[in-house]
Amino acid sequence: MSKVHSAVAHHFEDAEQQREAATLGMWAFLVTEVMFFGGVFGAYAVCHFLYPDAFAAASNKLNVVLGATNTAVLICSSLSMALAVRAAQTDKVKQIVPWLILTIVLGLVFFVIKYFEYMHKFHEHLFPGASFVFEGPHGAQAQLFFTLYFVMTGLHATHMVIGFGLMLWLIVRARKGHFSSAYNTPVEITGLYWHFVDIVWIFLFPLLYLIGRA
Amino acid sequence: MTNPLQKSQDYLNAEYGVRSWFFTQDHKRIAILYLISITLFFFVGGFFAVLLRLELMTPQGDIVSAETYNKLFTMHGAAMIFFFLIPSIPAVLGNFMVPMMIGARDLAFPRLNLLSWYLYTIGGLFTIYTLVDGGLDTGWTFYAPYSSRYTISNVVPVVVGVFILGFSSILTAVNFVVTIHKMRAPGLTWFRLPLFIWASYATSVITLLGTPVLAITLVLLGFERLAGVGIFDPALGGDPVLFQHLFWFYSHPAVYIMVLPSMGVVSEVVTCFARKKIFGYNFMAFAIMAIAVLGFLVWGHHMFISGQSVYASLVFSALSFSVAIPSAVKVFNWTATLYKGEIEFRTPILYAFGFIGLFTIGGLTGLFLASLAVDVHLTDTYFVVAHFHYIMVGGAVMGYLAGIHYWWPKITGRMYNEAWAKFSALILFVGFNLTFFPQFILGHLGMPRRYYVYPEEFQVLNVMSTAGASILGLGYLIPMVYLIWSLRRPKDAGDNPWGSTGLEWTTPSPPTTHNFEKTPVVTTEPYLYDKKGSSE
Repeated sequence: MSKVHSAVAHHFEDAEQQREAATLGMWAFLVTEVMFFGGVFGAYAVCHFLYPDAFAAASNKLNVVLGATNTAVLICSSLSMALAVRAAQTDKVKQIVPWLILTIVLGLVFFVIKYFEYMHKFHEHLFPGASFVFEGPHGAQAQLFFTLYFVMTGLHATHMVIGFGLMLWLIVRARKGHFSSAYNTPVEITGLYWHFVDIVWIFLFPLLYLIGRA
Repeated sequence: MTNPLQKSQDYLNAEYGVRSWFFTQDHKRIAILYLISITLFFFVGGFFAVLLRLELMTPQGDIVSAETYNKLFTMHGAAMIFFFLIPSIPAVLGNFMVPMMIGARDLAFPRLNLLSWYLYTIGGLFTIYTLVDGGLDTGWTFYAPYSSRYTISNVVPVVVGVFILGFSSILTAVNFVVTIHKMRAPGLTWFRLPLFIWASYATSVITLLGTPVLAITLVLLGFERLAGVGIFDPALGGDPVLFQHLFWFYSHPAVYIMVLPSMGVVSEVVTCFARKKIFGYNFMAFAIMAIAVLGFLVWGHHMFISGQSVYASLVFSALSFSVAIPSAVKVFNWTATLYKGEIEFRTPILYAFGFIGLFTIGGLTGLFLASLAVDVHLTDTYFVVAHFHYIMVGGAVMGYLAGIHYWWPKITGRMYNEAWAKFSALILFVGFNLTFFPQFILGHLGMPRRYYVYPEEFQVLNVMSTAGASILGLGYLIPMVYLIWSLRRPKDAGDNPWGSTGLEWTTPSPPTTHNFEKTPVVTTEPYLYDKKGSSE
């Protein structure tokens, strides 16, 4: 609980104003993130509307069991993130780092599963581009589905990597004893970010894996 | 850290050396960094414009090839829109003035503010790399599938550059929204805010909602080009109209990102130099927000002939007409503010007059283009070119120059040469109209945009336009000279040379690093000008 880090930056009146500013800043940023993913969800909606049969056929190539497992893993990581925030708020400072590490580990589990899914798609020539092969009448349209699949899940994964970076930074600061019930804004807003990333997946999973599945 | 007791110390001489500028977290110094960068891009974009106009002096192609011409108008548009107009007022004047006008010591996130400038610079370097490496010829709109499949020019570096630049805009917008929400001085309620703050707020909201959609569009475009797939390519099952929808969802609101801040500046300037309270303050504030909201609902008017559903076009046309209502409210209220004012004809208000007149013409010709049948005739003609230059150059750039001249004494502590400044305002107005008014006629006669040759009967009007462009070019060089020249003077501007009422004028000129030694307390509404209390 060093004084240096609970101190208020020169341009703020008090700690409360500083905390409110940081929180609002993260919410404003998440609004832009919603619009960012909103654009690609919009593209997905248009293509799905144009080619419902091809999208259903392509969607059937995805592995629902792996996707559902990953959904469960991410929901658990949201819980551990929330517990890290809770630990900071209630002065259980020794618990912050373990919860953050658990969150990262769950995120890595997600990545391992995702890696096997991606590799499987590469082997089946389902990665869009010159080598793409899709049996049946809907080849070109199915490629659109897989383009969107890789762009959407790839952007989601990129956001998770950024989340790992933020959590590593939090772990370093937590070890130095920067966080307490008096000052925990970075933990709180990183939590907001991580929950957002999870919510994106909650939308991606049914759109990519479940819609149109017979 | 500055010592507040030393009166002579200000943000410019608080620290010296390269590091004190490139690692500064002072919003005022970051504004200066932005001022230098965007001025550079303004002249890069202007240089391309000069080449375009030179080529169009004669009906044949004589200076450049058709391919080079395509690259010139592309790079002119991209440099001017992404690297000058969009950041111009927010990143320079807004960065400097938003905290000062609301009684804050800095923006909420100074480090993000500095990062924003670095991202701008990195995005700019990608664009300059493209220039050196042979340019881009898709038009600044990157329409697919030409951009994703057919062109052999440098699409990906520019797309990466604009993507990075988008983060710079977003960070500035987050900073403004948070600062305006959370850091206003005690007593400064929303309806006591200067209209420039309302305009900056509305602009930031548009930036937050629109820029990410452009970003994802560019991601999809880049992926499509690199992987050879076709989300937007009809040959591969994609939908080119989808690209246009996504692109204009950002790029139409971006017009309001460019022009709303200018409206804010003009509101400040008009009320100050008319020595009169702004007419209809509440309506002015609501009109700004109305333009921001309506601006998001009209993007389809760029696609009346692109195969968009005719019913969608009907709705987009009607909504486009409705944008005229808040815009007209603003023009009427500026006029009513001037009515029976004691107008002082100083340089800033001359530029503001230029804005009001040219914006009105630009806005009214926008109604022609919003009409479905008329637009079929005018689409992709010089009428469109003239229309948006009246909004962006006649409107946005005039407003930017009004703001630069209004706040220059606060930013630098120096007055510029008033006679030269008035002269340049005048020749900019003349040069601008001579350049772009003939283009309305050319467009109406049917001259298409984006061609480097044209039928001989169009030559007279084209020569007029090119002549106007040379006057306009001169008009932009003169302020460069006298503004830089003014820096040689001692700091002679005084704290409040215009007798303005804003909080920013209660600080020394130039301000100290912390802006306000004591946080001001606001007890009144803005713009309480009494006619007799004029400046010295």
